[in-house]
Amino acid sequence: MKQMINIALPKGRLGEKVYSILEASGFECPSIREQNRKLIFENEEKGVRYFWVKPSDVVIYVERGAADIGIAGKDIILEYSPDIYELADLGIGKCRMAVAAKKDFCDRRDGVLRVATKFPNIARNYYNSQSRDIDIIKLNGSIEIAPILGLSDVIVDIVETGKTLYENNLEPKQDIVDISAILIANKVSYKFKNAEINGICEAVRKNLNL
Amino acid sequence: MTPSKDVLRSDERAIYALRELYRKFGYSQYRVGKFEEYDLYARNKSFLVSENVLTFTDTNGKLMALKPDVTLSIVKNISFEEGVTHKLYYNENVYRTSAESHGFKEIMQTGLECVGDVDIFAESEVVMLALRSLESISNDYILDISHMGIVEGLLDSEDTQGADRDDILGYVKSKNTAAMKKLAASGRISEKLCDTLCKMTQMYTTLAQSLSIIEEFVTDGKMRAAYDELRHISDTMSIYGLSDKLYFDFSVVNDCNYYDGVIFKGFINGIPDSVLSGGRYDRLLLKMGKKCGAIGFAVYLDALERFGKEQIEYDTDVLLIYDTDTESKSIIDTVKLLSDSGKTVKTARRADEFVRYRQLLKIGKGGIEILETND
Repeated sequence: MKQMINIALPKGRLGEKVYSILEASGFECPSIREQNRKLIFENEEKGVRYFWVKPSDVVIYVERGAADIGIAGKDIILEYSPDIYELADLGIGKCRMAVAAKKDFCDRRDGVLRVATKFPNIARNYYNSQSRDIDIIKLNGSIEIAPILGLSDVIVDIVETGKTLYENNLEPKQDIVDISAILIANKVSYKFKNAEINGICEAVRKNLNL
Repeated sequence: MTPSKDVLRSDERAIYALRELYRKFGYSQYRVGKFEEYDLYARNKSFLVSENVLTFTDTNGKLMALKPDVTLSIVKNISFEEGVTHKLYYNENVYRTSAESHGFKEIMQTGLECVGDVDIFAESEVVMLALRSLESISNDYILDISHMGIVEGLLDSEDTQGADRDDILGYVKSKNTAAMKKLAASGRISEKLCDTLCKMTQMYTTLAQSLSIIEEFVTDGKMRAAYDELRHISDTMSIYGLSDKLYFDFSVVNDCNYYDGVIFKGFINGIPDSVLSGGRYDRLLLKMGKKCGAIGFAVYLDALERFGKEQIEYDTDVLLIYDTDTESKSIIDTVKLLSDSGKTVKTARRADEFVRYRQLLKIGKGGIEILETND
């Protein structure tokens, strides 16, 4: 018997793109394109069930087995370090995690560095590896405004083109890590639904020439 | 008296089933106290899953801990004699932090330790008991096995340095082949090692089927010994008739660095986390100054709590309503009559919305009256 695979998609542009890839790989679910307020979309024939969740929640759904597989940004995986399998790097949604600050800012390492970020764990790990004392200011959005208003010295955030930074008189100072979308799987689902998950994984790999 | 099936929760049922299983193979119960001197854990931090230990000061000023682990308490007390094997099991509560609850959690754990002169037969028996433990919980189970000798052998084959090694182990654990390829592209490991690691992590079949592939990658004596051990276990499991449930999974690696031989993790379909974990940990005993073998595993019963829980439709079969002027004797007689016919009875003065019942009876002067029947 073919088992249904629950797939958590991140809401937003990345999720749309990922769904297009899955669709092109043979796991389409036409009802998802319809304009309605449904939350779960199913294609029994292909054995897939999709649902949209907040991007940072994908890892939680997958780690706890509510979703068998999902697509999450590497930034989310690094931040929450969930116990999951990272089956494929899809190479889309590419950007980087970087330290940014005002153009004229220079870290003289003579005091505690104030860091504003949405990713406290990534920031802490990065500065720990440099033995740097920091004060983390956890924000939930509009991080760029923090150094401008003097709330923080630097920010640790995702940089795609850097346009927002430059327009606000900021610039990226150091890169921390490259980010892209990762196909992740629940460890137990991978065992009990191995054929199905591998099937999806292989089809996606082939479609993307990975 | 054996309690009827619906009285026990699935984790409680599992405890009895596991005890029976371990006793059948001559394992005896070992009880340890709830508290242990903190010092024991401070000295063996790397053996613990988490470094967080719940501590308190004893009346004499000594720093004590609520046990985060039972194995340490057992092996510390065991004396070693040539040719003697201690076969023990335990059923205790341990206290650990959990990432989800952001605090300490009481976890009920049943486990088994085989310490002393542990030969390959005793080791295989422990693996068999791990498989049977899972079987006693559900028929849809898998035990993943790997061997640290193979993992370490592969990493030793190249000059992998400390930080790189931790990274690679992390990638192996999450089957992250993309990151391994990046590591190879940056020249930190060779293409050949990367290839081997990728092949090993992507392989997922029964141990019996994996052996021929594993053998291809055996290079040195350490790996050969590990391979032979796995082969022997695989052969023994086929005698027990369990080999189709034993899978080789290279991504099963140490959470702590004491496991140094076979290492395994058990899963049940429907529970999103591993329910059993164990392995061979001679290194811990060596560190404690005892030169002998040790292998064991623990079953995490808290994970079973929500498993196989049927929705209970009714709280009671009969809700029996009585008046203030009803005689006690007639209530007692009615309850006895109903419960003798196998029904559960709750007595109350009036029916309220919190009790779900199959049948609502009223006992009055004129006898018993059926007010409502749901079925």
